[in-house]
Amino acid sequence: MSESHGRGPLLSVHGIRKGYRSGGGTLDVLRGVDFTLDAGDFVAVVGQSGSGKSTLLHLMGLLDVPDAGEVRLAGSRIDHLPAARRDRLRNTAIGMVFQAYHLLPELTALENVLAPLMVRHGVLEWLRTSAAARDTARSLLDRFGLGERLRHKPRQLSGGEMQRVAIARALVTRPQVLLADEPTGNLDEATGAGILDAICELNRRDGLSIVLVTHDASIAHRANRIVRLAAGRVEQVDPSAE
Amino acid sequence: MYKLLLCWRYLRTRWIALASVISVTLGVATMIVVNAVMAGFSHEMQTRIHGILSDIVFESHSLSGFQDPQWHMEEIRRAAGDSIAGMTPTVSVPAMLSFQVRGQWVTRQVMFIGIDEATHAAVSDFGRYLQHPENRRQLSFSLRDGGYDTTDSQAEGPGPSRPALGGAGWQHRRMRVERERIWQKRLEEQEGTAAGVNRAGPTRPIDAQVDAVLAATGGSAASADTPAPAEATPAESGAGDSTAPQNPFAAARPEQGRTMDPATEQFTGVVPGIGLASFRDSKGIDRFLVLPGDDVKITFPTAGTPPKAVSDTFTIVDFYESKMSEYDSNFVFVPIAALQRMRGMIEPETGIASVNSIQIKLADGAKLDEVRDRLRRAFPAELYAVSTWRDKQGPLLSAVDMEMAVLNILLFLIIAVAGFGILAIFFMIVVEKTRDIGILKSLGASAAGIANIFLGYGLFLGLVGAGAGLALGLAITWNLNRIRAAVEWWTGQTVFDPSIYYFFKIPTIINPITVIWIIIGAIGIAVAASVLPALRAARLHPVEALRHE
Repeated sequence: MSESHGRGPLLSVHGIRKGYRSGGGTLDVLRGVDFTLDAGDFVAVVGQSGSGKSTLLHLMGLLDVPDAGEVRLAGSRIDHLPAARRDRLRNTAIGMVFQAYHLLPELTALENVLAPLMVRHGVLEWLRTSAAARDTARSLLDRFGLGERLRHKPRQLSGGEMQRVAIARALVTRPQVLLADEPTGNLDEATGAGILDAICELNRRDGLSIVLVTHDASIAHRANRIVRLAAGRVEQVDPSAE
Repeated sequence: MYKLLLCWRYLRTRWIALASVISVTLGVATMIVVNAVMAGFSHEMQTRIHGILSDIVFESHSLSGFQDPQWHMEEIRRAAGDSIAGMTPTVSVPAMLSFQVRGQWVTRQVMFIGIDEATHAAVSDFGRYLQHPENRRQLSFSLRDGGYDTTDSQAEGPGPSRPALGGAGWQHRRMRVERERIWQKRLEEQEGTAAGVNRAGPTRPIDAQVDAVLAATGGSAASADTPAPAEATPAESGAGDSTAPQNPFAAARPEQGRTMDPATEQFTGVVPGIGLASFRDSKGIDRFLVLPGDDVKITFPTAGTPPKAVSDTFTIVDFYESKMSEYDSNFVFVPIAALQRMRGMIEPETGIASVNSIQIKLADGAKLDEVRDRLRRAFPAELYAVSTWRDKQGPLLSAVDMEMAVLNILLFLIIAVAGFGILAIFFMIVVEKTRDIGILKSLGASAAGIANIFLGYGLFLGLVGAGAGLALGLAITWNLNRIRAAVEWWTGQTVFDPSIYYFFKIPTIINPITVIWIIIGAIGIAVAASVLPALRAARLHPVEALRHE
């Protein structure tokens, strides 16, 4: 994964504001958030429902654009880039994991993991690189204990298995940062713990920079740092989560 | 790459899309079949129209025609040069055809057409449509001994049976005359009278009639002393061809006023359209009211002013069957020289004859309209009408073209309806796949990439639907007559009545260009129908899409 462990800020947001039109007015979800993720860091963002955790994650993942403020990746501002460049960055530099897994139901586990690489490459380039990509995807699925489930469709997998496929999919592009939105939210405690272990190991063993959004304090404490959001602002930063 | 994979997976897993595929398939198949049948009918009709009409018809506005066809043909050749492959003069007048069926007189209105038997076949397909093989090779107005086809020579495969034609010809004539004589004899015995005007055979009243009529109108008819116009050969009457044969019916024609023996002699030969003399019964067998060898009476106007009606007896020597019922139940062909003589169209002093029209066949590669226009410039329009065979049947051909165009528009609307089906189904699929679209966007897929999935999906549906429609359409077209037979057997109803169309099978022609346009149209509509859903998918906000339930 990322080799930029401990080399300064990797992903940062400054003065981020984001509101949604609701009825006749605007609902301000984020009201000037500053946040920094260092390379190789593992930060948990916690807060109550509606505090803007997921919105912040979406803005960092370039799935949405802020009303004000800026998002920087490795020092370069990325939020105001043209759509095509943001799509490209999302594909190459950022891996995302969601609470609802978000696997494509028509594709097998292996194909789901390969999907970001297929998005990246055209047909001819894919034909040239597909063998290597398949090897990478297989080894990732092996690593998450899904070596026997390559050809299974998502509906044939359990929740934990689907989330592990989703993590493998997020890692297949060798992203600089992994953004995880309540990755254990839909799982039972034991399965969730397994998923959390896998995510923590990605940070510790591979040095992958991770932002984990959760409302569960016990999960947040597995991170290096905790950022607490309340009413659209960073309320508190706990530098010693562990 | 993901676009192709997803298109393929959606095609395999979204069975609702099959409804779109089926509607495209049926639309394409219907259009292919209908176009093939319409093209087949149109081609058959044009072939038959062209079969009787030469490429260009040069004619007089007057029923009396114009004099000296030989001079006219030389002028035509001078004006049109190398474009002319052959010419033949014709005389056509409206006439009444009468014959007896079981003692009852049947009278039909006909077009009586004098043709030069030597040259007429060269300018049109006339010869192909006769019932005697020898006449098809070279027309003769002399009655044949027998050998008329007992099945339709133009039918591919078994045509309708015509057993009556097996005995036609001299044999039939002799038997009929014998029967009439026996009948006459019995009648005379019963009535105890020995006298009978027809005992020695009929006399020819025509020459006396023509002379009397023309003399009365001050025309230049042959006087009673004039040599019998029977000597007027086709060459004299303007056929203008050194290969013109000897008058074939001279031997059979009795001298003026002389009695003739109908068992061994014939009147002037005529070739009526087969529709005038026959009908098809419920078993598909052609029944004949008269046969080659029978005599008919024809009444027609003379060339003088005002025209007077004259009539004469003729012997049927063959039947003409173009399979255009308009022609087959309207035309009666006769040797041009005989018709010119009977109508008083031959100048007695000079022997120069008049004709109504000159049929012109063009050389290969000559342009129809161009030659027509050259001839129109060369001859005064007040006296002559120059028209192509297409001009002659212009309204009919235009009507067929119009019908085909309207039908195609209507049928294309079927595919357009299929297009709206695709539109609706695609919108549904976009809604159903909203979350997947969000997932793809979160993985870095661009808006264009998302749009391409649905455009590609539409293209796939169009290709599969059009491909299946092509296969189905061709299969139906190639087996249309078998399907027709099966439907007729199943329902007991006649789907396609050959007696109406004079075709024994539904004619079909598959035009590859038409098929290609149909397929391009169907695929185009499928893709066009997927544009709006594709744009909607492309514009979905990734976060909202991911949250879609």
